[in-house]
Amino acid sequence: MNGLKAFRLVAWIAVAIVSMGLAAFVLLKSEYPSTPASTVSGTPAVGGPFSLVSQRGEVVSDQSLRGRPYLAFFGFTNCPDICPTTLFELSEMMAELGADADTFKVLLISVDPERDSQELLAQYMTAFDPRIVALRGTRAQTDAVLKAFAAAAIKVPMEGGNYTMEHTAGVYLMDADGRYVDLMRMEEPREERMRKLRELIS
Amino acid sequence: MGAKSLKCAGLLIAGILTWTVPSTAHDHKAGSIEIEHPWSRATPPGAPVAGGYLEIRNVGNEADRLVSASSDLAASTELHESTMQDGMMRMRPMAGPLEIPAGQTVKIGDGNHIMFVKPARSLRKGETFKATLTFEKAGAVDIEFLVQGMGGREAEEALGHGMHGSAAP
Repeated sequence: MNGLKAFRLVAWIAVAIVSMGLAAFVLLKSEYPSTPASTVSGTPAVGGPFSLVSQRGEVVSDQSLRGRPYLAFFGFTNCPDICPTTLFELSEMMAELGADADTFKVLLISVDPERDSQELLAQYMTAFDPRIVALRGTRAQTDAVLKAFAAAAIKVPMEGGNYTMEHTAGVYLMDADGRYVDLMRMEEPREERMRKLRELIS
Repeated sequence: MGAKSLKCAGLLIAGILTWTVPSTAHDHKAGSIEIEHPWSRATPPGAPVAGGYLEIRNVGNEADRLVSASSDLAASTELHESTMQDGMMRMRPMAGPLEIPAGQTVKIGDGNHIMFVKPARSLRKGETFKATLTFEKAGAVDIEFLVQGMGGREAEEALGHGMHGSAAP
């Protein structure tokens, strides 16, 4: 009887330890990517140097972007849902703004430079507003831009030696000084997204 | 002759009927399984993947399971979970066959999708292409996907599943 009691006690302690560990893990996990842009003090953690190449071969960096607000989001062409839909929706919003859409830049940043060649991006982007810039870089440049936006991208192996990318979602709204202003989520109603965009460029 | 063999005979007759009656352009049936609104999204030129979305209705008294999908359009056709979690867009192969409980409708397109890998061509709005879904009990169901516009919302609305407050200008 005593042996059984002791065993139960040990088992419950083990359960408690594992639960606490899990809880901490879940908390930490949800803490990190869901708040890509703020630290405890509320100051944006987004910032830092990056330099990438566009689908047209131009170098685009944190420095070259100064002077105009811009929108940036992470994606890749091997993505069937959210990436093309985001590009399409942003194209629609730019069409609605007309010439006002010339006052800001829109950047798609590839998290999969291995497969997203400059040639593929150039071809792919013809389906969207020509003002949208698709950027890629070397592995090191890609890591640097992820760090600059406090974003994450994880390679996930799939069947048949294939892989997919998991990445931070949402469109970063950045001001003319390269400071983080807000995050636009594509699942928000269009009028809310338009409001955020108009506020950024006003 | 027991109730079981009667049921078998009934199923056989139903099977023959569904086999001989041509399915309408956009809805497809086999046994207790009905597939509604298979649609795909127009792809940008050179896109290495395309998505597939539909609803599976099980009108029978027994659960069935979707085992696999295939199409001549693509080098391979996969079933994925795709979810937004903690600000991350996540995509994984489905953990196992997708359960279709008796009397229920399961949507593919809400947290999951069919992915056509390396499609032979770009998909343009208004086109159709064929695919096959394989179920544990109902067997193979031939379906035809209709290609919708590139905006997810627009495509949903075209099918009468109006989504939350999008304000058209």
